Amino acid sequence: MSKVRVLVGTRKGAFILTGDGARKRWKVSGPHFAGWEIYHMKGSPVNPDRIYASQTSGWFGQIIQRSDDAGKTWNTPGSSPEELKNTDGMTKGESNKFVYDASPETGKPLTTHQWYDGTQHPWEFKRVWHLEPSLHEPDHVYAGVEDAALFESKNGGKSWHELAGLRGSDTGPKWQPGAGGMCLHTILLDPKNPNRISIAISAAGAFRTDDGGKTWKPINRGLHSQYIPDPNAEVGHCVHRIALHPSRPNTLFMQKHWDVMRSDDAGDSWHEVSGNLPSDFGFPIDVHAHEPETIYVVPIKSDSEHYPPSSRLRVYRSRSGGNEWEAQTKGLPQRNCYVNVLRDAMSVDSLEPCGVYFGTTGGQVYASADAGDSWKPIVRDLPAVLSVEVQTLK
Amino acid sequence: MTIRVILPPHLRTLARVDGELELRVKTPVSQRAVLDAIEAKYPMLRGTIRDHVTQLRRPMVRFFACGEDLSHESPDTPLPDAIASGSEPFLIIGAIAGG
Repeated sequence: MSKVRVLVGTRKGAFILTGDGARKRWKVSGPHFAGWEIYHMKGSPVNPDRIYASQTSGWFGQIIQRSDDAGKTWNTPGSSPEELKNTDGMTKGESNKFVYDASPETGKPLTTHQWYDGTQHPWEFKRVWHLEPSLHEPDHVYAGVEDAALFESKNGGKSWHELAGLRGSDTGPKWQPGAGGMCLHTILLDPKNPNRISIAISAAGAFRTDDGGKTWKPINRGLHSQYIPDPNAEVGHCVHRIALHPSRPNTLFMQKHWDVMRSDDAGDSWHEVSGNLPSDFGFPIDVHAHEPETIYVVPIKSDSEHYPPSSRLRVYRSRSGGNEWEAQTKGLPQRNCYVNVLRDAMSVDSLEPCGVYFGTTGGQVYASADAGDSWKPIVRDLPAVLSVEVQTLK
Repeated sequence: MTIRVILPPHLRTLARVDGELELRVKTPVSQRAVLDAIEAKYPMLRGTIRDHVTQLRRPMVRFFACGEDLSHESPDTPLPDAIASGSEPFLIIGAIAGG
């Protein structure tokens, strides 16, 4: 019997919502890691019981947690009770050690990026925004971090090394932080080409590797951003989120700071598909599990008013890959609503019909079991939701 | 020497300990020696009190002992005798911040 597991990261802990195949009955567990910010949790596509979590704190820094039993128990990788009992040598405790690679072997050790005042500023690790488990190997996982860089672990999160070619690309010194910091928040693994990874950084833009992470190039042609000196610059765009459908990895959908964009050549060029949206500002974007041309966004009024237009929470769905959008409102608050939906806080399941889920800064997690036609809150009083990921369990 | 350490609640949860830690620490008993002993026994705490690489105290973590704030002391300065003898605990504090 199918089930879904919704992994919810919040400002004050993690919650796991488990639903039946009809997505009517839900069980809520948590808070896990109470009091800590959980930026992101994601399960391995190969082994759904393997879940990685990014746990952070302004006091105590970054922690990586891993569960191998579907979230029932958690350990910082390398320090499970069994590993601590190991008499072969003390565990190194490096699962939270994210050190930027400045070695000569990278070719271009890079130490600074552009700061708010236009000067160069040292790269400083702050937190992991996004964890992306490999499509093929449960111990292989990528981490997108602030200040923006991509790290990789091949031992289940016990230790990490940077894919330094990204920061070492020619544009690195021009990257600059947005209002939320300079974070690498999106990691898309191409299901048809294991050497291709696309990532996005606020506020640098989108980048792609076609050689497994050794070399990277900006993929921002067609983006137009009036908040930077050259609106068509190679980098500097505040990309909020990118999504793809596994069956068509060359088609990418992007929610930018302003503008919803589409690429049909893996990001080499983009065109706008905002169409009739009431606002083309927003954070998340996602694709229907079975219809590659059906996409979802949540319009937000503006970059300073981080709440829905007309105080009505509406998911907009396009069945034509953009441009033509229809508001989905059934079950969502249509007055006095001033929540936001953050970039990693939307996900879909792969049941039939497709389920769509999103979390709000007001602590609600809404689910639609009919591809967006209607919505119900699974929970409505969690701490502010930072991320939502869904696992479909067969 | 066996010394006593009190961790802030979130780090006790992370290390899965209740109450005070009792740790064997090499002499002279300094902040560095105490932190080395903590991290050796509880590797999940590495990076949460001081930086992995620079070994500097995280900005919003403080060290108190015998009614004094020793956060800005050199990590190699010997701690007070009462800490080294275990009669007083070494306190690791998450700084008060926010509203």
